[in-house]
Amino acid sequence: MALGNIGLDLLGQARSLLSYAAEREDVGRTEDDLAFLRDERAFVNVQMVEHPNDDFAVTMARQLLFSTYQLGLYDRLQTSADETLAGVAAKAVKEVDYHRDHATKWVLRLGDGTEESHRRMQNGLDRMWPFVDELFAGDDLERALAGDGVAVDSAALRPEWDAYVDGVLSEATLERPTASWTGSGGRRGVHTEAFGYLLAEMQHLHRSHPGASW
Amino acid sequence: MVTLTLEHAYEVVAAVLDPEVPVLTIADLGVLRDVAFDDDGAVEVTITPTYSGCPAMDAIRTDIGRALTDGGFPAFRVRTVLSPAWTTDWMSDEGKRKLLAYGIAPPTRRTPEGGPVAVGLSVRCPQCGSPDTRETSRFGSTACKALWVCTSCKEPFDSFKAI
Repeated sequence: MALGNIGLDLLGQARSLLSYAAEREDVGRTEDDLAFLRDERAFVNVQMVEHPNDDFAVTMARQLLFSTYQLGLYDRLQTSADETLAGVAAKAVKEVDYHRDHATKWVLRLGDGTEESHRRMQNGLDRMWPFVDELFAGDDLERALAGDGVAVDSAALRPEWDAYVDGVLSEATLERPTASWTGSGGRRGVHTEAFGYLLAEMQHLHRSHPGASW
Repeated sequence: MVTLTLEHAYEVVAAVLDPEVPVLTIADLGVLRDVAFDDDGAVEVTITPTYSGCPAMDAIRTDIGRALTDGGFPAFRVRTVLSPAWTTDWMSDEGKRKLLAYGIAPPTRRTPEGGPVAVGLSVRCPQCGSPDTRETSRFGSTACKALWVCTSCKEPFDSFKAI
């Protein structure tokens, strides 16, 4: 039920952002075209969000790491020079704050729980950690937009992220993992194997029945 | 013969019910932000979602259109704005009373009115009024509610999240 509600918030935020992207692009595409008719390489999301919900501890690890990043991002975007982005962010920041609180409570409960829950939670963190660096990698476009006061330089979010996540891990008696490899390329359209399956599930109905509505 | 005044348009729109909590009107909820006439005489209604992904918004837009048509206003436009972001502080006192009577604990006030407010105010059971309650799930049947249970009367209940 929690994940369903969190998913609904994220879907709402994505709709606002995609509608705005379509409006700015101004070539006649809609939010639906951007969501359902782009192929894998045209999506520029970070790889962390592609991981399937196949293990509750892995999902909670992802929720903690990703919502902490989102909270810092949306918090700063509230003062973006772009009024629409600032409006979306002011709405999202309240929702994401609640998501992070939920993930934090579960990571504490599982990490500082039984031997088995601790082992599973540590495993969840270990599996998600290789995708952390990509959150803060940024690129030239982002830095240029940040210079104009429109976007946020992701790299600047890292110290605050580290402080919060380290605090939770320490209280949960979990170890901060060291990644033996680092995922990258999501923002250039290079994705993990899991992403194709996600897109197939999301897009097949829309593509099988073009223009369908109810 | 009803005169098509702005007051009448507001009354018609303000009476539209929230489809998920059908005892509250969209005015009680604070979802209705403005009703005005545009330059061409069409009614322009401004609403804001409670949560970014609230699925009730489409139904609310349709219901506003139907209410205005039935009320004799053939020309209208419903505009959705995100800013300023909705807060439970916009819920009217009347709305909070209706929620409580419906069995949902109303949201606590976030912004203090003339003075500091105690943090972690307990949620009172909407059935027996006891403050002896606890949260059982941070999330509930809709985005705007959490699940609680009363330790006194043992009844589970929904609580409106204060955001």
